[in-house]
Amino acid sequence: MGMVKGPERVEAIAENIAETREVKGRSLWQDAMGRFFHNKAAVGSVIILATILVFTIVGPFFAVWSNEEIDWARMANVADVGQPSIENGHFFGLDSLGRDLYSRTIQGTLTSLMVGVVGALVAVVIGTLYGAISGFIGGWVDNLMMRTVDVLIAIPYMFVIILLMVIFERSLLMLFVGIGLFSWLDMSRIVRGQTLALKHKEFIEAARAAGVGWFVIVVRHIMPNLMGVVVVYATLLVPGMIMAESFISFLGLGVQEPNTSLGALISDGAGTIMYDQLWQLAIPLTFFLTIVISLFFIGDGLRDALDPKDR
Amino acid sequence: MTLLSVKDLAVNFQTNDGVVEAVQGVSFDIAAGECLGIVGESGSGKSQTFMAAMGLLPKNGFATGSVKLNGDEILNLPISRLNSVRGSSMSMIFQDPLTALTPHLTVGDQMKESIGVHQGITGNEALKVCLEWLSKVRMPEAPRRLAQYPHELSGGMRQRVMIAMAMLNNPRLLIADEPTTALDVTVQAEILDLIADLQKNEGTAVALITHDMGVVARMCNRIEVMRHGGYVESGSAEEIFYNPQHPYTRKLLDAMPRLDDVQGDRGHRDLGERLLKVDDVKVHFPFKISNNLFAKKVPLKAVDGVSFDIREGETMGVVGESGCGKSTLARAVLQLIPPTDGGVSWLGHDLVSMHRNELKNYRKDLQIVFQDPLASLDPRMTISSSIAEPLKTFRPEMSAKQRKQQVSEMMERVGLDQNMINRYPHELSGGQNQRVGIARAMINKPKLIVCDEAVSALDVSIQAQIIELLKELQDEFGMSMIFISHDLSVVRDVSDRIMVLYLGRIVELADRDAIYKDPRHPYTKSLISAVPIPDPKVEKTRKRLKIPGELPSPLNPQAALRFLPSKLDAQEMGYVPQLQEVAPGHMVAEHDPLESILARDPLTA
Repeated sequence: MGMVKGPERVEAIAENIAETREVKGRSLWQDAMGRFFHNKAAVGSVIILATILVFTIVGPFFAVWSNEEIDWARMANVADVGQPSIENGHFFGLDSLGRDLYSRTIQGTLTSLMVGVVGALVAVVIGTLYGAISGFIGGWVDNLMMRTVDVLIAIPYMFVIILLMVIFERSLLMLFVGIGLFSWLDMSRIVRGQTLALKHKEFIEAARAAGVGWFVIVVRHIMPNLMGVVVVYATLLVPGMIMAESFISFLGLGVQEPNTSLGALISDGAGTIMYDQLWQLAIPLTFFLTIVISLFFIGDGLRDALDPKDR
Repeated sequence: MTLLSVKDLAVNFQTNDGVVEAVQGVSFDIAAGECLGIVGESGSGKSQTFMAAMGLLPKNGFATGSVKLNGDEILNLPISRLNSVRGSSMSMIFQDPLTALTPHLTVGDQMKESIGVHQGITGNEALKVCLEWLSKVRMPEAPRRLAQYPHELSGGMRQRVMIAMAMLNNPRLLIADEPTTALDVTVQAEILDLIADLQKNEGTAVALITHDMGVVARMCNRIEVMRHGGYVESGSAEEIFYNPQHPYTRKLLDAMPRLDDVQGDRGHRDLGERLLKVDDVKVHFPFKISNNLFAKKVPLKAVDGVSFDIREGETMGVVGESGCGKSTLARAVLQLIPPTDGGVSWLGHDLVSMHRNELKNYRKDLQIVFQDPLASLDPRMTISSSIAEPLKTFRPEMSAKQRKQQVSEMMERVGLDQNMINRYPHELSGGQNQRVGIARAMINKPKLIVCDEAVSALDVSIQAQIIELLKELQDEFGMSMIFISHDLSVVRDVSDRIMVLYLGRIVELADRDAIYKDPRHPYTKSLISAVPIPDPKVEKTRKRLKIPGELPSPLNPQAALRFLPSKLDAQEMGYVPQLQEVAPGHMVAEHDPLESILARDPLTA
């Protein structure tokens, strides 16, 4: 309608547009968001990951069996009657002990995601800050901080985590503490290397000449320029953490029954392939792979998005 | 006789944003033994023309038209056949002699490679040829250089190696792509002389690609002026310089500041009180010399006792060749590098002894503009947040809205469009980025701005604009400037007083006209005589003063007494040449008479 009202109207609209177009300041993050959402693979992965997350939250409401109940009627013959089926309420079938794999998978996914995310988060926060500060200050501070890291890396972390588990109570919290204690070491090294390369750039000198304090320089100039590396490494860390946890669980020291994790479920499932119970491996493995691959794509998308040069 | 004949050569690049027409159908001829200058600013396609001729285009580049060498078509030849032409009939030298040499091969090995391919000479015989050419390009201590790696040589020596390599197979045509842009003036003068000699003695035709009208005036018989992928004007050097037809040629010539003739005299401006006093500042870096088992630390005297002062609204020009300590001096003044010794006082307050927190209050008045506009901006910050950063530091009470207001005013002032606030540095041109750098330095209305080679990385016309901008800002805000540059013409254009640095010491300090009209120190004289002047007639009549040898290393204790050899003879190694006032305000470091310095070295002829 408005289109045919004559030139004045068109002019008014054009003016309107011109006004709203008055350029607003954007931050790096807004820009990055924009670019991220243009990356189809990354957006798809976010959707898949979100779906899995929603599933772990909403899923239990649809569960017919709880994760602790044992289906005594079917446990004796899991291979024949324990297959996934909608009729008997075992959507993902039974595990080798006759428990509902649907509820178990939900429970395991949640645990694994938590371990992975918490571990990676600790690594990112502590590792980045530690490495950036060490690299930026340099001199004996750098030496001291990095030698500390060297010493910590030299300690076999599995051994320490096992000790922690033995001395203190075996709990998820202790597992987080154990993994968090070591996950940031590699990250801090990578970040320090990058910081060393960055700190002699002219824009850092420009910031110093502008009177910006060293801590602000680290946070405002160094860290954002490190983001690409950090994000990619963090997305690689998440699956690594999930794997580490499953290994500890496998040793019988990590997640304890009745609690479970994807790693534990996979190792259970791997043990029963030869008894024609393939679904016990396939289902948790599918979840695991989907999560890991999605994380890779998201990491890739984030790296591209955080680099303004890549448009 | 026509050696190279180019007809309707067009070069296109297939990019993600569509086809870029880098060169749009150019035609020209080069006769045997002549020197053709191709002048233009960056992005005009002057290099791509010859890259296409040499078959060196990247994969996404396509060339059409015709390039004939001695009557044979060479454009788009298959690599195997092209290889028999490149390096033997025509060869090329590049701008950056470090990146153009393979870092892990010794000079001798890389030179041998080319002779082996084209002449089939290998082994010791090849080495002999290499040595011969290294001597022909006047490489000091040539035999020793064969076993050295590129990083062990100075920039000038590397370029000599490049030229020797290019000449090994006696090419008929030498393409020199900005051969002296990365070099100091005195080295540039020597390399240009060398190329001119080769042209004369070997009969090699030279295609000289450059943006520097002064270099063209010195070297070329004919000139093609290139812009946006096409030739806008061509003619003999005289025609181009004295009777330019195209407005762009005129613009280029006007934009080039001339050492011998200052346009737009700044007049006598009223200078205020003394702002900055630099007193005997020294910056020494510990430098490790590994001596088999034990590393010995010797001080590298980057700045070794410099004193000067600056008054309000004054511009102090600092010139000198690379490694003379001009950037270090600037950073020591700004306390970005703590001086080893000496004092810097700002309005009577000593900055050196000041605590970091206290110093911060003074940083507001002391700002710096860097050489590389792109590197000096955080790649992950929009330009407006870069400009706003000093405001955040010094005026935290400002609201985001006020800050934005002030940033956009400053952007407007330095000639940046409002709607660019969200751009990232890599999306802007070099000139625009430098405006951002200037805006960032100016946003708090500082009292002193240090321009560290602030226009050196820019094209001539952009350079002229930036200089104009700096002058305007100075007139408007009345700040003082320390203007550092290796380009003497530019420094003369903007400065009130000029100091000449040599290995961390002032050798001459005087009023800008005094220093050019009446230079007293031999080093100043040689610098001034080395600067090419964009005027072929003047250029032909000028005599150059050559001080023998390359710029010596600051680690060499004898180097400091290069102009006072009588003290060396007297075994007074640690002697420090004193500054003497030869005329009011004209300070010159002690030196021996010019004749005795020149007479000392047998190389001078």
